[in-house]
Formats: sequence, C-alpha cells, structure tokens
Amino acid sequence: MARVAYYPGCALEGSGGPYDRSTRALVTALGLHMENLADWNCCGAMEVKNIHPMLQTYMSARNLAIAAERMGFDTVMAPCNGCYHNLKKAEYECATSAETMQTVQDLARKAGDPVYKGDVRTLHLLEWLMEELGPDGIKRRITRSLNGIRIANYYGCMYTRPRQIFPEKDRGPGSESSHKPHFMDDLLEAAGAVNVDFPLKTACCGGAHTLSDSDTSTQLVLNLLQAAEDAGAELIATECPTCHSGLEMHQIRAEMKFGIKTGVRILYFTQLLGLAIGLSARKLAIHENVSDALDFLHEKGVI
Amino acid sequence: MPIHEKSLVAADDLLTHDKLVIDGVDVSGHWNTMMKPRYVSDYDADFQKTIQAYPGGENVHRCWQCGSCTNSCTMYAINTDFNPRYWIYLVNLGLKEELLKDRDIIWQCVSCNKCTNICPKDVRPEGVMKALQHWMEDEGHVATSPSTLFDEEFTRQCFDRGRIEDTEVIANFFRRTGQSIVDLLRTGWLGIMIARMNKWPLLGRAGLGTFLKRMPVTGPLKMGLMMVFKPRTRNWARTGEVLRQYVEEQKRLLKTKA
Repeated sequence: MARVAYYPGCALEGSGGPYDRSTRALVTALGLHMENLADWNCCGAMEVKNIHPMLQTYMSARNLAIAAERMGFDTVMAPCNGCYHNLKKAEYECATSAETMQTVQDLARKAGDPVYKGDVRTLHLLEWLMEELGPDGIKRRITRSLNGIRIANYYGCMYTRPRQIFPEKDRGPGSESSHKPHFMDDLLEAAGAVNVDFPLKTACCGGAHTLSDSDTSTQLVLNLLQAAEDAGAELIATECPTCHSGLEMHQIRAEMKFGIKTGVRILYFTQLLGLAIGLSARKLAIHENVSDALDFLHEKGVI
Repeated sequence: MPIHEKSLVAADDLLTHDKLVIDGVDVSGHWNTMMKPRYVSDYDADFQKTIQAYPGGENVHRCWQCGSCTNSCTMYAINTDFNPRYWIYLVNLGLKEELLKDRDIIWQCVSCNKCTNICPKDVRPEGVMKALQHWMEDEGHVATSPSTLFDEEFTRQCFDRGRIEDTEVIANFFRRTGQSIVDLLRTGWLGIMIARMNKWPLLGRAGLGTFLKRMPVTGPLKMGLMMVFKPRTRNWARTGEVLRQYVEEQKRLLKTKA
C-alpha cells in the first residue's frame, strides 16, 4: 500500500468543505490510511500561472518536496482536479526540462524550502480508490445500494487535459482514459448507480473565469446541466470542488439571469459512495451542499 | 463543428455606391459593391519574437495551421470570432494590427486546454493566448482584463500567506472591478448560494423542525472562522518574498528580450 499524503488544497478547506469532509469520512470507513500533507501551500490553481508559469510550477513542486523530503512519503493524493492537474504539470515540466528543474531547485534553496527531486507521484482520489480497491473492493463494502439512481459523471477539464502530463492514462484496459474517463463511473456503478451516457464528461464549465466572466460560465454550465437532464440523469456526480461549486452557482445564475430552470442535483461522488457504505448524510456533509438533494435521496431510499 | 474560414473581407473594406459609372459604363444597381484593395505593408517582422519571449508563447512558431485548436476550442463554440489558429497565424506573419482588431476578446480563453491537448505540433496554444493577453496589457493596447485583476488578487494572497481564502478573493475582486458585493448578496446569486448552503429556504418551505434537523453546523462555522483567522502556510515568509522577487526579475528580463 502506498504511503499517501493527503493534499486537500484551498477549495476543500473553504467552499469545498463538503468534499473534504466526505473524503475523510469515506477514506476512514474504507480502512485506507492517509496523512495530512504538512504545512502545504496553494498549488496555484488557474490564476497564478497567468502571472508567471514558474510561480505555479514552484508552488506545486514545494508541496511535492514536502511529501518526499519532510514526510518520507512517495505519493501525494489530491481530491481536487485543479490541485491534481497542477501537481502533475509541475512533475511533467520538471521531468522534461532540465532548466525548469534547475530553477525550481534554486528557488527552493533561496527560500529555505525542501528541494524537489522528482521522486513523488501524484494521484487523484479516484485513481487512489481504483488502485487500492477498484470496483470489486467497493462492491464488497456496499451495505446500501444506490438503487439505480441515474447519474451523469462530470470530470471537467483538469482531470485529463492536456493528456501529455498524464502519462498513466490511455494505457489500455484498466487504465483511465483521457478522452472518455470512466473511473468515477466504475466506482458508482459498483455502488449500485446507473451511469447515463453523458456526452459532456470533459466539457469545460468555465471555472477559471467563473467570477471574472460569469456570463460565459453560466452558458457553459447550462450546456452541462441541460445535457445531463437530456441524457436522463437525476444527478450529476462531481470530483472537483470548483466544478461542483461552479455548477451550483451557475445553476442559480441561469435561473436568475436567463430564466432557465434545471432540476438536476449536484453531489460529490464521495458523498454517494459514503452513503452506499452506510455512512450518515450529515457525516458526509450532504447538508452543506448548496444543491439540495436530501429529499431526493430520501425518496430513492438511499438515506 | 467545422471552422468557418476567417472572412478575408473585413466589413470596413467594402464600398457601396448607389450610383456608379466606370469608364463610361453605368454599373449602378447589381454591381455597386466594390472592395478596397489591401496592401499589407505594415507587418512587424519582430512580432513573432516578441510573443516568443513571453512565458507560454515560446512555441508559437511551430504551428502549421491545421486548425485543431480552433476546432476544439470552448470559446470558439460560443463566439466564432475567438479563433486561436487565426491569431497564431497573425503572430507568425507579424500582422499586429489585424490581431488587435480582436483585442477585446482574447482574455476570454478559459484554459480548458482542449487546444494544447490536441495540437500535433506542441505549439501550446493556451500558453500563446496568455502570452498575447500579457503583451497587449503591457503595451497598453487593452485595459487590464477582469481575469487579470482576479489573477492578481489571487496571487497577492498566495505571495502573502501561501494560501487563499475564498471570501477575501471574492470581496477584493468585486472591489477592484467596482461591483457591489452587497447587491450580489441582497438580490443576486451569492445571497441565494449562502441561503441554500445554510438551508434557510427550509424555514419557509418545511418549517422550523426540519430546518433544525438539516441545518449545517461544521461547514459554516469553519468558513466563518477562516474569514477572521486567515489560513496561512507556516514556513512561508521567505518563500513568498523569493517568489515576488523572481516575478519582478522576470518582468525586467522580458523588457530586454521582447
């Protein structure tokens, strides 16, 4: 079993709180072990690279270096797409450009930070769960099926693009796909859900500009919400706090600004898996979601 | 969605005459629309080098105009004027003035990376979009875009504390863009989000009992505490300073390269 350092990131500590709480509850209940990454900093999200790309590379590398040098761990696990993407990107840039690696190490020495040596791997929470348990491991632990709830699984941009920084993907059977990801589909199906054929799994929600270009984001999110409903989904499962909050925010904004109402609920996949293995809704912070799914989940006999 | 070939006839190059006689021949009516001949002599032979000097623009010269980027582009699907392939073409040909005709929309690249993902030549078009926006802002061709203001606020918190706090980002961004956060809370989406997050609609819809049963406690408490006691990375003081200096230094170097 990998020694996994848990990297929540800024969003999970803030508005993405439900994802953090449900992840911790789920991981503990599944008998997996992870430790908090010590004294972590922001990965840079989508903003810092626009001031200078090296800022984001360094900030991400510092987190990786802490895991390896200060904690002696070989794996960092992030539930957030943005963090996962940035850590993978930093790993890729440092591995493919000697100049980048040199700059990162020089900055680390100047700052008195641990020095990144390229010996830590990054996993998304989905990848870790698939690696440790897989759909069969989940199936064995189900105490309460998701009763065929129809789910559109939304992965967004950062989980698979650009494919160059995700060399473990697209490696044939058993590996994740960068153009038609399925890990979340597989886990939720094992928990008794029905995955609809959702054509916009990796479509952009406009998250990077969710506040600075809100009208664009509302249009993009509306596409997602309507496509999910057209595909017959009762809820959208998310694996990223920014995607999740963006869907919730723009579902509201679409109704207010464009008068278009959509009823599809939005839940973190960890909340759904957590329910399926018998955890309570409150422990999974389902009460804190902006998108209210409690009545629906009661109706479906899942709560 | 197929790429519409960028119209080579710009609207301001068209001349329409109600009455027109050419060499004694009356061509009024059907033949009254003429096109001004264009002589492009104002190309900038250094433009490609300028953009290559900006972080993200290093590979712009590798493009062979296959169009995969524009074809996959999220923004192009919303607005066909948003055309990364065309803009990269203009950079490589040095047609600066043509590029500046689209100056008001380049900032809207959402960094979905569909272009970088599909590009067969490692041009990294998303990087070129960011390089172009930087260049336009540096040269004063456009005002600082809303997304740049957001990026700057976000990065400032990272420099200062190593981490960001959601409400501070929102509040400061709105302040810098002159938007009223009070309005957004009172009648806008933000107020509704906070209400739903705290389950206040249940008070009206389902009564006090249900509200108390479903009312979240941990989440709002934690967010409230963080608004006061900002999250920070402990060993960050020197790191933040080093990173600030690095960016300053890179800006200085850019001025000599571009």
